[in-house]
Amino acid sequence: MTSTITSPPPAAAPPRERPWPSRLAGPAVFVAVLAVALGVVPAVVEPFRLNLVAQYLCFAIVGMGIALAWGRGGMLTLGQGVFFGLGGYAMGMYLTLERVASDPLSGGVPDFMAWSGIDELPALWRPFAHPAVAIAAAVLVPGLVAAVLGWAVFRQRVRGAYFAILNQALAAAFVILLINQQHLTGGTNGLTRFPTLFGASLYSPDTKRWVYVAVVAVAALVYVAFRQVVRSRYGSLLVAVRDGEDRVRFLGYDPTWVKTLAYTLSAMAAGVGGALFVLVMGIIAPSSLGIIPSLMMVLAVAIGGRFSLAGAVVGAVLVNAAQTTFSESFAGGWTYLQGALFVVVIVFAPRGLAGIAETAAEWWRHRGRRQQLQGSSQ
Amino acid sequence: MNQLLAQLPVGLSIGAVLLLAALGLNFTFGQMGVINMAHGEFIMVGAYTAFVMQAWVGLPASYSLLVALPVAFLVTGLLGLALEAGLIRRFYGRPLDTLLLTFGIGLVLQQLARDVFGAPNVSVPAPAWLAGGATVAGMQLPHARMFILALAAVCVAAIAYYLNRSRSGRRMRAVIHNRDLAAVSGIATRRVDATTFFLGSGLAGIAGVALTLIGPTGPTTGTNYIVDAFLVVVVGGLGQLRGTVLAALALGLLNALVEPWSGASLAKVIVFAAIIVFLQLRPQGMFTVRTRALT
Repeated sequence: MTSTITSPPPAAAPPRERPWPSRLAGPAVFVAVLAVALGVVPAVVEPFRLNLVAQYLCFAIVGMGIALAWGRGGMLTLGQGVFFGLGGYAMGMYLTLERVASDPLSGGVPDFMAWSGIDELPALWRPFAHPAVAIAAAVLVPGLVAAVLGWAVFRQRVRGAYFAILNQALAAAFVILLINQQHLTGGTNGLTRFPTLFGASLYSPDTKRWVYVAVVAVAALVYVAFRQVVRSRYGSLLVAVRDGEDRVRFLGYDPTWVKTLAYTLSAMAAGVGGALFVLVMGIIAPSSLGIIPSLMMVLAVAIGGRFSLAGAVVGAVLVNAAQTTFSESFAGGWTYLQGALFVVVIVFAPRGLAGIAETAAEWWRHRGRRQQLQGSSQ
Repeated sequence: MNQLLAQLPVGLSIGAVLLLAALGLNFTFGQMGVINMAHGEFIMVGAYTAFVMQAWVGLPASYSLLVALPVAFLVTGLLGLALEAGLIRRFYGRPLDTLLLTFGIGLVLQQLARDVFGAPNVSVPAPAWLAGGATVAGMQLPHARMFILALAAVCVAAIAYYLNRSRSGRRMRAVIHNRDLAAVSGIATRRVDATTFFLGSGLAGIAGVALTLIGPTGPTTGTNYIVDAFLVVVVGGLGQLRGTVLAALALGLLNALVEPWSGASLAKVIVFAAIIVFLQLRPQGMFTVRTRALT
């Protein structure tokens, strides 16, 4: 059961010989956006809003992963909340332990453990006292989980709808596990109330600004890395597997590894997004990881354009910005709008905003030729 | 051993609930390949139909449930028919798109329920003849759970009869097996599609009414069951009635057996792991239609 995709982008278009100014247009836009994000935005935007922008960008990082796995690989990853959460909890555990270490009254364990009668730090928590371990775990643990799970299901050719539903079930099970292992995870409250990051107050405008810069830098890095992946030979192979898995198998490739790698990369991106999200928002809790939040991550990518990394970034920023704007003033209306957005995007613009932009660009590029044709026919 | 036996009715009744929720999916997902995420909201609509019968229409609790069953079947069936005719028919063969599409519909229905009935759960009193229970051989058998089990059995029998004996059911099977051949044999495949969707959605309404007996009725009633119901269809094998029945009962029993030993939260995770392992052994589910397709 493979998903048929309306007008997919050409599989790794051969590098067209374009005159150098237009060849440099893409990188120029990238550098310009980066310069605005790093230079202009922190200077003009007030700290509270800046924090919100950083939050949107965390979801943009997750979104780029979804664009890779779903847009390029045809795997609808409906459980990204799991990997987002794994990354987030890894970072949150470090921040919690930093608070515990600086608090002589804590007795060496976080308060929710003390309430459950635990007076010694569990083995699972101990490595996370080192920031390097926590940061590495935020990337590697989601990657490892995705690699094992992906290998298991792709090897058996579980795909399409089956894969999507398994992912969704994974998200449901993960949230239930988090809530019920309260003595280990803080339960419904999640991990929060982090006073400091590396000794600096997490809530001072200065730290906020640095966190923002870090988020922008990581997002740019992920964008460049994924762009290379998409344009590489592997990227072409991934698209080929999406469009004709059996044909690729007949050509002698093993689609299992092609798909597992893309799934793993997308999980790692989600983990990174989750870890940064904790730094930005100062909380990670099950309520932001379940089925609905996972679907919202996908919706953002669908709106931005699942085939385009830039589209995923724009979609994530727009959808999350809309969410903060609308859900504050009228929550019910926002839910209707969300539902309507799903329908409108799938029915009228399956390639999202990026698709609309491409169509418009194509139209613009050919306008001269169209005029010529019209002139000659008259 | 005694404890295992005591968990048996619990497992069967969990299985029956799963089965009721999954039976409709067996039509829409299993047979037509449409991932109808709004199915959960159809279940919710069914549950609210039972509420409306009591609170708005004013039927006494003693028989309002029995009236609600056919009414809910009609209401959700028509809802499904409208969804199919308006949107889904353009998306056959694109299951992932139908998933996102119907999720959007589900969000809207959920919010609609919140606006009409309010966000808190409403109460649907069960009829007096379903209160209490019997004790057989040391096993607790609450009447409400037994009613659900019986209802599930009746639904399965009716569906089996419909698919195997009625003309309309046979046409449906023909379309599923080979759409083109069915079409050239003079079957109106479009009409069959609509019928299939009507039946699948209608079954969600019946499941919803039954759920009012054992759980809270609120805007998110259906969401709690939808993922498990989809897993049942996946494990059972697409479009296989006996697979759906077996998988629902197996998952229900597994849940009931693991739960006292591990706690409810781990049980979910263990069941999920069991499903992954099972799909390693039988990626196409318990039963499959034999075809010459590659997968």
